[in-house]
Amino acid sequence: MAKRPFDIQAQPGFGFMALLTFFALYLPIAALVTYSFNTADSLSRWDGVSLRWFISAWHNSAVQDASVRSLVLAVSAAALSTIAATMAALATTRTRPYPGLTFKYAFINQPLMVPEIVTGVALLIVFSRIKVWTGYSGLGYLIAAHTAFCIPFAYLPIRARLDSMDLTLERAAADLYATPWKAFRFVTLPLLRPAIIAGFMLAFVISLDDVVITEFVKSGGQDTLPTYMLGQLRRETSPEINAIATVFLALSVVLVTVFYFVNRRKP
Amino acid sequence: MPDKPDRNAIEVVNVRKIFGSGEGQVAALDTVSVSIRENEFFTLLGPSGCGKTTLLRLIAGFDFPTAGEILLYGQDIAPLPPFKRPVNTVFQSYALFPHMTVADNIGFGLEMLGKPKAEIKARVAEMLKLVKMEALAGRRTGQISGGQQQRVALARALAPQPKVLLLDEPLSALDFKLRKDMQIELKRLQHETGITFIFVTHDQEEALTMSDRIAVMSAGKILQVGSPWDIYDKPAERFVADFIGETNFLTAAVSNIGNGKARATLKSGATIEATVAEGFQPKDNATVVVRPEHAKLTKDKGELSGTVDNIVYFGTDTHIYVRLDSGEVFTVRQQNTRSAGCGFERGDKVGIVVGNDAAQVVRD
Repeated sequence: MAKRPFDIQAQPGFGFMALLTFFALYLPIAALVTYSFNTADSLSRWDGVSLRWFISAWHNSAVQDASVRSLVLAVSAAALSTIAATMAALATTRTRPYPGLTFKYAFINQPLMVPEIVTGVALLIVFSRIKVWTGYSGLGYLIAAHTAFCIPFAYLPIRARLDSMDLTLERAAADLYATPWKAFRFVTLPLLRPAIIAGFMLAFVISLDDVVITEFVKSGGQDTLPTYMLGQLRRETSPEINAIATVFLALSVVLVTVFYFVNRRKP
Repeated sequence: MPDKPDRNAIEVVNVRKIFGSGEGQVAALDTVSVSIRENEFFTLLGPSGCGKTTLLRLIAGFDFPTAGEILLYGQDIAPLPPFKRPVNTVFQSYALFPHMTVADNIGFGLEMLGKPKAEIKARVAEMLKLVKMEALAGRRTGQISGGQQQRVALARALAPQPKVLLLDEPLSALDFKLRKDMQIELKRLQHETGITFIFVTHDQEEALTMSDRIAVMSAGKILQVGSPWDIYDKPAERFVADFIGETNFLTAAVSNIGNGKARATLKSGATIEATVAEGFQPKDNATVVVRPEHAKLTKDKGELSGTVDNIVYFGTDTHIYVRLDSGEVFTVRQQNTRSAGCGFERGDKVGIVVGNDAAQVVRD
C-alpha cells in the first residue's frame, strides 16, 4: 500500500519513536527471559545458558505449593465470577432501560474504580472478624475476594456481546414454543459462548496475577505464586524468580492467544 | 365477492394498549375490535406508528394488552406467554438462529414441542420442499441470500402448523423484483397450507394485491375493515381514501341520503349521484372522493370545469392535473394508446365528467 502524505507513518521521527517504545516495552522482558536461562547464582553475572533455575523451581516444594494454590484459586474465582457476570449481563441487557440501571452498571464495575489497596485493607478487616467468629481460615476467603474483583472483567465481554445480539432471536425462540429456560439454553447461550469463554479467561488471568488483595487477605502459609515471588525478593534474590516469571509469561501469552482466536471466531 | 365460511380464527375485543404512565402515556391501541376469519389473508395496513405492529405483538404474545381480550377460536390468549400460543411469527428481520443450519432452524419449533425425531425430520423435509430450499438444508443461515432467508423464516414459522401465522412487514427488506415474487409466493403458501395469515404492512399496493380483507389503521384505531375493493372504491373515511391510492377530494352539499346513496351538489353547482359511507353524518361541507381513473376529461362541458395545469406521462397512463374554477386541483388518469397523445395541452380549458358511479361521500 502506498503511503499517503498525511499518513502518520510518513511523519518524520515516526520510526524512531516506534522503535523507542518497542524497546521500552520489551527490553526488560527480554532481559528477564534471557537471565532466566542463566547458570550463575547471582542476578547480575552471566555464566552461560542452562535450565538450572527452571529445574530448581520445579523441584521447590514451596513453588509447587503456591502454583497449585494459584491455579485452584484462579479457576474457582474465574468460574464463579463468570457465572455471576453472565447473570448480571443478562439482567442488565434483557430489560427495558429504567432509572437506576446506570447505577447498577457502576455497581457491577465497582472493583475497577475502587483502588485495590483500599479493597485489600477493607477485606482484611472484615475477614479477620469472620475468621475469629467462624474459626475457618481456608482458601474460601481468597476465592471470595478474587471472585468479587474478577466480575467486571468477565462482565465486560459478555455484556458487549449481548448488546450487539438481536433481541428478536430470543423472541423468535419464545414464539417457537421455547420456554425461557430453553430459549436461553438453545439460543442465547450458544451465541454467547465465545464471550463467556473470553470473560472466563480474562478473569482467570486477572486472578492469577493479583498481588495486592491476595497479600492482605491470605492467611499464613497461603502464598500464591505472585505473593511467593514477592516474598522471595524480600529475602535474597534467587534467579529462580526469573524462571518462574518466564513460565508465567509463557502461560499468559498462550492464554491471550487463545483468547484472541476465540473472540475472532464468528458464531 | 363470495365470503369464505364464517368462523373466526382471531377475535380482538376492545383491546387497549397504553405505553408509559402519567403525563407521558400514549395509547398505541385505542379500543380496537376486529375479527379475523379462518383461512383468510388478513392485512393490517397503516402508516408507521398507527399501532399495527403493536396489535400483531399482542396477538403473538410479546406484549400484553392493557385492557380487552384476544380470542383464538373462542379462547382468550391475551394473558398467555408466546410459547404457549399456537401462533407463529415471521419477523421483519427474519431472526433466524445464526448458529444453526437451515434445517435446524425449520425444525426448532417442533423440537421445542418435543415431537419425535422422525416426525420432525419428515416435516422439515416437507417444509424445505414447500419453500424450495431442499438444496440448502445444511447451510448456515449467514451463508444464504436475503430472499432465501425469507423463505427459511416462513418455513420455520409454518413448520409447527400454527393456527395463525403472523407476518411483520416481512417483505420490506427485499428489493423490488424479489418482493413481487415473494408476494405471489406468500399467496401460494397461504392457499396451500390453509393457515390464517395476518400480515402487517405500510405498503398499500402490497395490501391491495395480497389480501382477502384489509384493516386500515391510524393513530391506534381501526378506521375501516373490508375487501381490497371495498377499501379502494368505498373508503369510509377521508384518511382511508387518502392513504390508499390517489384520490381527488371535493367539497359538496349532500342531500337525499338513503339506501347508501345521495345527491352531492358540488361547488361548481353541478349535482352528481354518489354512494355514501356507512355512519356518515349529514353536514354542509361534506367530502366527496373521486378516483382519478373514474373521471373523464372532455373539451365540452362536464360536471366540473377548469384549466389543464400539468401533464405527466407514466407509460401505461397519463396523469392530467386540472386547476378547477373553484381553485381546487383535480387529477384525471387517462389510459394511453400507442398512436395518439393524450389529446390535451397545458392551458386548455376543459370539462371533467364524473361518472354516475364514481363518487363516494366519506366521513372526515
